[in-house]
Amino acid sequence: MSLLELRAVDKIFGGLHAVRGVSFAVEKGTIFGLIGPNGAGKTTLFNLITGVYTPEHGEISFAGRNIAGLKPALIAERGIARTFQNIRIFRTMTVAENVMVAGHHLHKASIASAVLRTAAYERDEQALTKRARELLEIFGLAELAGEIAGSLPYGSQRRLEIARGLMLSPQLLLLDEPAAGMNSQEARVLNQQIRFLRDQLGLTVILVEHNMAVVMNVCETIHVVDHGETIAQGSPAEIKLDPKVLAAYLGEETPQTEASP
Amino acid sequence: MRALVRLAIAAAVLLAIYALQFGVEAGFTEYVQRIILLAGINVILAVGLNLINGTTGQFSIGHAGFMAVGAYGAAFVGVKLAGPLHGALGSGALTDALVFNLALAAGALFAGLSGLIVGMPSLRLRGDYLAVVTLGFGEIIRILFNNASFLGSATGYFGDDPSGLPAYTNFFWVFAWVSAIVAAIHNLTFSQTGRSLTAIREDEIAAEAMATPTTRLKVTAFAISAASAGIAGGLFAHMQAGVRPEDFRFEKSIDMVVMIIVGGLGSISGAILGGIFVAVSLELMRDLQQYRLLLYALLLIVIMIVRPEGMLGTRELHQLLRRKKPTPPGNPTEST
Repeated sequence: MSLLELRAVDKIFGGLHAVRGVSFAVEKGTIFGLIGPNGAGKTTLFNLITGVYTPEHGEISFAGRNIAGLKPALIAERGIARTFQNIRIFRTMTVAENVMVAGHHLHKASIASAVLRTAAYERDEQALTKRARELLEIFGLAELAGEIAGSLPYGSQRRLEIARGLMLSPQLLLLDEPAAGMNSQEARVLNQQIRFLRDQLGLTVILVEHNMAVVMNVCETIHVVDHGETIAQGSPAEIKLDPKVLAAYLGEETPQTEASP
Repeated sequence: MRALVRLAIAAAVLLAIYALQFGVEAGFTEYVQRIILLAGINVILAVGLNLINGTTGQFSIGHAGFMAVGAYGAAFVGVKLAGPLHGALGSGALTDALVFNLALAAGALFAGLSGLIVGMPSLRLRGDYLAVVTLGFGEIIRILFNNASFLGSATGYFGDDPSGLPAYTNFFWVFAWVSAIVAAIHNLTFSQTGRSLTAIREDEIAAEAMATPTTRLKVTAFAISAASAGIAGGLFAHMQAGVRPEDFRFEKSIDMVVMIIVGGLGSISGAILGGIFVAVSLELMRDLQQYRLLLYALLLIVIMIVRPEGMLGTRELHQLLRRKKPTPPGNPTEST
């Protein structure tokens, strides 16, 4: 059984058919690329999977259960974490606090026990702080834990967003253009980090990305959309040679060499 | 063990307030004492409103409505309880204290419930829309009390006999409640709940994507905020020995907003300073009556230009005082 499966999903905004009959399945433990030209519907697909939008038609199942139409908070609880195309960290909060926000499942103590600072509350708080520290260490942010998140450099903010998502203890991580604004050196580091997420942390990753060096390098399967519709799916090698992809995504006159990293 | 330490601290605080009461009663005129009590009541209002307007970033400009519900509730329950309880327990200071605090609790309960009722549908709205709903609620409540004949309609509610409400409110009770509410809201703000509320303010979509139950938390914060306004209303009612609908006009809600903006939205210590500031400045501007709103408007404009974050910004006083030292990594929250 696939971890995530979309079946003939449709999303319509007024007159715009943003997603039309898209189906794909993401196997557990894979890195799955979702690419397409600007406005192709990639982020809309992310928003459908994470419950920001409800699809007009079609089914989205995660770990065998239908999640289409559930609220984002419930879907996050079920184990889907995400980052955003335009970084959405909690800017005035510290780095550690940003990560801790996603730790609801570790913090069961009630509001009353928070007010009275009961032993149960302190225990939960400690567990949460410890887990947040572990995650910050993995992403090299531990020494910045007390800094205000909004003051971090861009690359660190991106890493913080991933660390925060992992605080949910997710099975599936959706990364929306993690390489945006990164230079080629930073992108190489990102490649390693994405592999690390899968190899060491056992996550399944879906990646929306324009940086072909990253996509072709780390993804096992690539799904290509254009104007809201699927135009191809296959391995990086197949996608690189697919004439429909070249036409829609890279432009027909573009020499093929530009597609390879 | 820790519970014992805390009980001891609480007892020490109450004892200190009790001792201070004698000093205040001996050292200040009735007029100054009244301003001190009003400042305490304002602090409760400001700290409560700050939880929703500052920490959570939802904008309520109808909190005078919740204060009114608390004031009328505490006045009515106080009057109705006084007779039977005095009959059963005999009249004495302890019975008075019991009646008073039960009345305040009832006021807080009514205000908190109306917070739930207003909050549940309207907190799905954002920003300006919520502000309009709360503004409408504040006015509706005032007009309801204006027409409720069993609560004295427009003349106000002064109890069942001509002597008026028993004036239970004194320095000790005002500042005991100030301490309790400030401590409770401080602990709430610096907890996982507080972090989640701040996250809602910073980015509601991201907060939801991080499994934060945003609507439930917003409604809870709103109800807590309304309940503290209810306590403030109850203290106010028993200080005035009566409540009138005109005490809770729109201007009262604006005063509360001024308190937290002057102090710094999102800062508890800022709200405390703002509450005191408004109590004192209102007295200084007493002769101007409703024209004070013009001055407040001017003040708000000046603050927006000169110091948009208010006196303290979103930080607390103790954070500013030891700003030189970096916050210990991984442990940004306060534990008491």
